[in-house]
Amino acid sequence: MIDLELLMLLSANAKYEPADLAVILQTDLQDVEKRIAALEEKKIICGYHTIINWDKTSEEQVTSIIYCDAIPERDHGYDNIAKKIYNYPEVESMYLTSGKSDFIIMIHGQTMKEVASFVATKLACIEGITSTSTLFVLQTYKTSGVIMKDETTTSERLLVTP
Amino acid sequence: MKLEDKLSTVVKEMKPSGIRKFFDVAKQIEDVISLGVGEPDFDTPWHIREAGIYSVEQGHTHYTENAGLPALRQQICEYYKERYQLDYAPDSDCLVTIGGSEAIDNCFRALLNPGDEVIVATPCFVSYEPTVHLTGGVVKYLQLRSEDAFKVTPEALEACITDKSKLLMINFPGNPTGGTMSEEDYAKLVPIIKKHELIVISDEIYSELIYEGKHTSLAHFDEIKDQVLIINGFSKAFAMTGWRLGYLLGPSTIIKAVTKIHQYAIMSAPTVSQYAAIEALKNGQKNVDAMRLAYKARRNLIVDGFNKMGLPTHLPKGAFYIFPDIRPTGLSSDEFCERLIKEQRVACVPGSAFGEAGAGFIRVSYASSLEEIKEALTRISQFVEQFNVKPSNT
Ligand SMILES: Cc1ncc(COP(=O)(O)O)c(C=O)c1O
Repeated sequence: MIDLELLMLLSANAKYEPADLAVILQTDLQDVEKRIAALEEKKIICGYHTIINWDKTSEEQVTSIIYCDAIPERDHGYDNIAKKIYNYPEVESMYLTSGKSDFIIMIHGQTMKEVASFVATKLACIEGITSTSTLFVLQTYKTSGVIMKDETTTSERLLVTP
Repeated sequence: MKLEDKLSTVVKEMKPSGIRKFFDVAKQIEDVISLGVGEPDFDTPWHIREAGIYSVEQGHTHYTENAGLPALRQQICEYYKERYQLDYAPDSDCLVTIGGSEAIDNCFRALLNPGDEVIVATPCFVSYEPTVHLTGGVVKYLQLRSEDAFKVTPEALEACITDKSKLLMINFPGNPTGGTMSEEDYAKLVPIIKKHELIVISDEIYSELIYEGKHTSLAHFDEIKDQVLIINGFSKAFAMTGWRLGYLLGPSTIIKAVTKIHQYAIMSAPTVSQYAAIEALKNGQKNVDAMRLAYKARRNLIVDGFNKMGLPTHLPKGAFYIFPDIRPTGLSSDEFCERLIKEQRVACVPGSAFGEAGAGFIRVSYASSLEEIKEALTRISQFVEQFNVKPSNT
């Protein structure tokens, strides 16, 4: 139960300090550190990322979503072929899905050309891949639960109320 | 002609709200972190807002039945049955009101004759006393004490009873103290309530915000269930303060009387809010659970912070307030809050704004983000440092 609460807190904000987490979870600092270490060890916590709105930086970034079909292999299903794809550092996320396509792959690149070249010269050439369909992201509205738009949300609450 | 002279005596004698006074001070200062707010910082969950919007699109823009939409009353009664194991009939035991606030006011109006006494457990929500006074009723203060974890004890209740006692007004989980009552705590009051035939008005607006144990009500005791009126609403549990929607549950005779006033004074609660509330009760529990978890984290952080500063603070089991004892600083609660906001730009509310029993304490709301609470704690401890108080470990 504490682990679950700890995970929820960290997934909302990875920057919470262990000392504060200890107070929040009504335990001590050592316990929190031990739990986090164990969760990392077990790969339940797999990393700590920062959510960046690249559109606001000078850095050019394109994101594309690729629907991809593949022929599963006897004994291995989709796993071997998936590995050949996700090992590319360009692949940011990858899912096996039900429905129209087998895989959904998300790729970040600096330019459209770069992404297109990755699809044409790397992805589509992997043995067992039968088709790809690449969708370029035009605008990111929300990612990892965070809305990217600059709606200045000044609180409308009055300063002091009963 | 002086218009002033035309005002009613009760209104002229009504004390200015201590909260209002403080709001005026806070408004003039920039970059204030406010821990003085009595409402959730969360916006109403989107699916509930959407249900409100949809109802308007559908043309639900008329009055509803006086007592509220039958479908909403049905949901409220089902919800009370499922969440709190209490049976009320949608047709006769339930009235939908404009917030808990209207329910409080109308209960007093329906039940009090001039001179009747209302035992009010204080420090308490600011509307109880003035609305009693508007009816000509008399308030008897039952002082809640920090030593008792701000619970009503049978001795304290017994001591307030006279032959004019008619109502007992309680609020657990409580504003401003965060105090709660368990089933055992209530059990000790039941014989007294029964013997003296008191009607209990139980303001349970924070019933969903309980962090340890589960919510109980005096209405759980069958022998006095007919003497208990429950006030609840959507403001706190579903973060719906601006929708102005609450409800009253109780014995049909009294509900009927209160509905009589409601039908003349109000007509019916806002229709759009009633549709949104149906969605809240049907599909909002997961939002309530998530908000509860967030409040609990904040509570733990803020209580620890105050105790480390040397201001003894009891760990409340409910609502979203703590009620630290600021007497170690040597300041009155008014002085403390005024200097705190001027010197460190943090707003809290003096305990005395909730009745004399709150003097020496301040109400600190933790309906703010963890980040804001951390920053506020840093500022408050800088403020408290100048008084050389010793850290406590309550
Ligand atoms: C104890 C208590 N009762 C009633 C209310 C009124 O709530 P509403 O009228 O929004 O339902 C409040 C609001 O702060 C409260 O704290």
